[in-house]
Amino acid sequence: MSCQTLPTEQTAETSSANVTPGPLRIVAFLCNWCSYAGADKAGSNQLPVPSELSVIRVMCSGRIEPPLILEAFQKGADGVMVLACHPGDCHYKEGNIRAFCRAELLQNLVPQLGIDPKRFRFDYVSAAEAEKFSRITNEFVDKMRSIRL
Amino acid sequence: MTTQKPKLAMYWAASCGGCEVSLANIHEAILEVDAHFDFMFCPCLLDTKKKDIEALPDGDIFLTLFNGALRTEENLEMATLLRRKSRLFVAFGSCAATGGIPALANHHGIADVLETAFCSVPSIDNPERLIPGTTCQVPDGELELPAFLTRVLALHEAVPVDYTMPGCPPESEQIIAVVRHVASGAPLPPSGAQIGCTDRAVCDECPREKRTTLASRLIRPFEALPEPGWCLVEQGFLCVGSSTRGGCVALCPTANMPCTGCYGSLDQSADPGATALATLVAAVDPGSAVGVDETALLAGLKDALSGVADPLGTFYRYSLSETVVADRAKEVE
Ligand code: SF4
Ligand code: SF4
Ligand code: SF4
Ligand code: FES
Repeated sequence: MSCQTLPTEQTAETSSANVTPGPLRIVAFLCNWCSYAGADKAGSNQLPVPSELSVIRVMCSGRIEPPLILEAFQKGADGVMVLACHPGDCHYKEGNIRAFCRAELLQNLVPQLGIDPKRFRFDYVSAAEAEKFSRITNEFVDKMRSIRL
Repeated sequence: MTTQKPKLAMYWAASCGGCEVSLANIHEAILEVDAHFDFMFCPCLLDTKKKDIEALPDGDIFLTLFNGALRTEENLEMATLLRRKSRLFVAFGSCAATGGIPALANHHGIADVLETAFCSVPSIDNPERLIPGTTCQVPDGELELPAFLTRVLALHEAVPVDYTMPGCPPESEQIIAVVRHVASGAPLPPSGAQIGCTDRAVCDECPREKRTTLASRLIRPFEALPEPGWCLVEQGFLCVGSSTRGGCVALCPTANMPCTGCYGSLDQSADPGATALATLVAAVDPGSAVGVDETALLAGLKDALSGVADPLGTFYRYSLSETVVADRAKEVE
């Protein structure tokens, strides 16, 4: 996946994608080293994980450039999650801190662009936190369901 | 007046007139323009009328510099007409290129824009709350005004554009360079190209020294006096020069002001504001997370970023019509 693929004028598709009621579409960017491992563990522990989640596994939360998050919304995502390693645990030292900084500004920008800020969530999930992964993904999906109705 | 010279036109849609001023600022080089072109349409400077344009055969105008964004049906009609009559159709200035300042109105609905402009700004006295409509009854009959488009569009969203010449306004030196290039008959750049600018960042032309340090926090212009000669963003000022296309010779940072991005995003393939956000955040010192309390660390970072009081105004100052989510239905104002 690359942030280079999308010409800025692609907008028509979005509006139609938005009006078509269908299953919820939640994009979750998971860091390979922590949150993805946490998700994996949630699966093997048979904890509930919402089926609406489209997981994109990345090498580090620092890889998630802000344009990718807006493009997910453009393409009709109901919500976007970025789940990172806890501060101090990033394999690349500061990728998650950079991700936090971007998320902090995005959190303020997203409502200015007319999108409900609840639709974007940045959080930390370690490889051991299977329970947290299950809990926050379910919470997030429930919230997306409630603001859509 | 008939002439064999190729025709040159300039038009303003939702614009401020600054683009015309920038053309006038080429000073005596305007004589060169006149030597090479029949400058025949420019409502700001000349008296040619729309009907004169309608009377021309299609493609008769060699070069049209179209400035201003598309706010009204009239803007759209003129864009369509001039596109049809022009061989080379140039989106001239940030407003035509990417919506510019007028597109910031897309942040609000039309009702809000009208309320502010005609009722609530401190300089307005309008107790009857009169707001322009598309039709209006007067003693002599009915008057019509062009309707607002639902959102402000960049020119390319409505009609095909051959070239884009960015800048708010495009620098006079760049205008004369483009005019000379076209007049010389030299091969034109490929269709769709950005002209009158470079394909490197403003930083490339900026005389301020990068000391490869990171900013401890982001600050607003009133919070500090910049140290001369040192990169503004490294001092924490919100300079978006590193994600902005060059061509202005770093006009603003040279004058102690952070670049606000008028030459447009360097990366044409991604959302302009989100790209600028990522670039600016990269200039902030993330500190070290090892052995530090998580809550304190994050609170410190939040504070370091609080200088971005208005992310939309900072990152989409000239490009809001270009955001990839422009057509997503608004849920919050
Ligand atoms: S690009 Fe700038 S100078 Fe030109 S019309 Fe727009 S606001 Fe005015
Ligand atoms: S960030 Fe701004 S001040 Fe620093 S080099 Fe680039 S344009 Fe100049
Ligand atoms: S420094 Fe930035 S804002 Fe100033 S003229 Fe150049 S591109 Fe425009
Ligand atoms: S490796 Fe997990 S956030 Fe960087």
